[in-house]
Amino acid sequence: MARYLRNRIGQSLLLLLGVSVIGFALMHLAPGGPLAVYTLNPTVTAQDIERVKHQFGLDQPVYVQYVKWAFGLVTGHWGYSFFGGRPVGSIVLERIPATLELMGSSLALALIVGVASGILAAVRRNTIIDYATATAAMLALSLPTFWFGLLGIYVFAQTLGWLPAGGIASTGGGGLLDRLLHLLLPMLVLAFVLVAQWSRYTRSAMLEILTQDYMRTARAKGLGPARVLLGHGLRAALVPLVTLAGLQLPLLVGGALVTETVFSWPGMGLLFVNALGMRDYPVLMAILMVGALVVVLGNLLADIIVALIDPRIKLTHV
Amino acid sequence: MSDILLEEVSIRPPSARRGVLRRFLRHRLAVLGVVLIALLGIGAGGAPWLAPHDPDEIAIAERYVPPLSADRLLGADDLGRDVLSRLMYAGRISLSVGIAAMLVTLVVGFAIGAFGAYLGGWIDVALMRLTDVMLCFPSVFLLLFVAAFVTPSLGSMALMIGLTCWMEIARIVHAQILALKSADFIAAAELAGAPAWRIVVRQILPNTLAPILVAATLNTANAILLESYISFLGYGIQPPQASWGNMLTNAQSDFQVDAWLAVFPGLAITLAVASFNFIGDGLRDALDPRVRDA
Repeated sequence: MARYLRNRIGQSLLLLLGVSVIGFALMHLAPGGPLAVYTLNPTVTAQDIERVKHQFGLDQPVYVQYVKWAFGLVTGHWGYSFFGGRPVGSIVLERIPATLELMGSSLALALIVGVASGILAAVRRNTIIDYATATAAMLALSLPTFWFGLLGIYVFAQTLGWLPAGGIASTGGGGLLDRLLHLLLPMLVLAFVLVAQWSRYTRSAMLEILTQDYMRTARAKGLGPARVLLGHGLRAALVPLVTLAGLQLPLLVGGALVTETVFSWPGMGLLFVNALGMRDYPVLMAILMVGALVVVLGNLLADIIVALIDPRIKLTHV
Repeated sequence: MSDILLEEVSIRPPSARRGVLRRFLRHRLAVLGVVLIALLGIGAGGAPWLAPHDPDEIAIAERYVPPLSADRLLGADDLGRDVLSRLMYAGRISLSVGIAAMLVTLVVGFAIGAFGAYLGGWIDVALMRLTDVMLCFPSVFLLLFVAAFVTPSLGSMALMIGLTCWMEIARIVHAQILALKSADFIAAAELAGAPAWRIVVRQILPNTLAPILVAATLNTANAILLESYISFLGYGIQPPQASWGNMLTNAQSDFQVDAWLAVFPGLAITLAVASFNFIGDGLRDALDPRVRDA
């Protein structure tokens, strides 16, 4: 177990190293480089650009720049925003709770609905329930998130007036109920796509498990259908499902960006889109890195959980 | 679509060919997908001849004409441009970007997966690690980041989407080839003195086609979705040229004036993406030997 953990953590660190190299390369391959925004500004002279270049260390060899930048990334010195000059670290950090609130609640909702519908579809295989779930899941996967969100705003905010059209809370704060009402629509929209994946994945995992001998044994012992399905069936499906949670992270993070934009949800995704409009390089780079970090750490966490709940992994790797 | 299917089918012996086609036709949603894609393709491909109006023709007097008005089947937008005509021309862009991006994922994914697996050694390790690293970036972030610094056009959009979505194909090809590598006919080709690239293209490519075909169909669906996200946010295809995504850029304000304007482009995206997804599902069921036995 310990060796398995060491190996996985080592791999993750290597992945992060690769991520940082590609991120850094992107920044320097972009036309005009990180200072492109200044070259468009007529009040900025060539000398100014040279001076800024020197200040940011951009006149040094690329590998020196990379090492300095990567060192800053690790030690928490993420540079300063081109606009307003605030440290990027605090700009990004203050957006993380909102994004986590949205992603966490959507994931939880998607998990409950997706796993339940997946089990139902597997148990009622080749019935109308199965086909309806499969078709609904496929349509959900095909729906453009932003459009679905806009339709939701139109119906529930503009026409019916039941829910707020955007934001995380009413101006001036508001109670728990106010925050929940604001969360409801974006959470549903983001969860929609995820539910589809969970449902499809749970179904195929359960179909495989339902034919196993130990399921028949459990039934033969006289256990009720709920105990058989949840205690034995779902328990065995946990391993692939936890892996899916890890694999789904890029979709979750990307979906959060689109959802936040549509609902003016003040998270990292909205910050990214706003920074994009201003070509605020340091902020963009930081969010790209945080996004990749979340994916790498999430997958690491998923693998560790799998190792904890799957006894076979301990046997083969100790 | 049917071209691709025939190509795939032609490398199999006749009996298997009929089986694949029969299983595919049994998948009702997949058949529906083929029909819908054919219709969308005709509408988009034939836009110059079929569209009732010039898509860019501005008619201020006909601003926000509702659907089903005389001469305006789907109404007119904020500048009085014909929505149906714009949808058809937008379809040319959106479908082309989807298919071109899929081709890019095929070429890049196949090259990286095939040469890595075939050559082995440190090249393989490096290419597969690159694949892992690329999978860590949420593709929407990466795409937007690059799109903001590149002049958007049909070609650059397809290239960018393709270059951020090739990883799955690379992994499939890689796994398939590792399995094929020890096959006798590969050894025979090597003995005959065929160079590596020729073995990869002539012997290995045809034998990895089935799972790649499925992944490519799903990639097309995904690429159409990504194009719509990027264009919706304003970093993709630029107006006045219409794409399904950028027709929704003003959707939020359209809803207050004329909700239909925001409905049709979204429906077009959903139909196109769902069709490719259904076709991919149908192909998987038709080509996967495990499903076949069940």
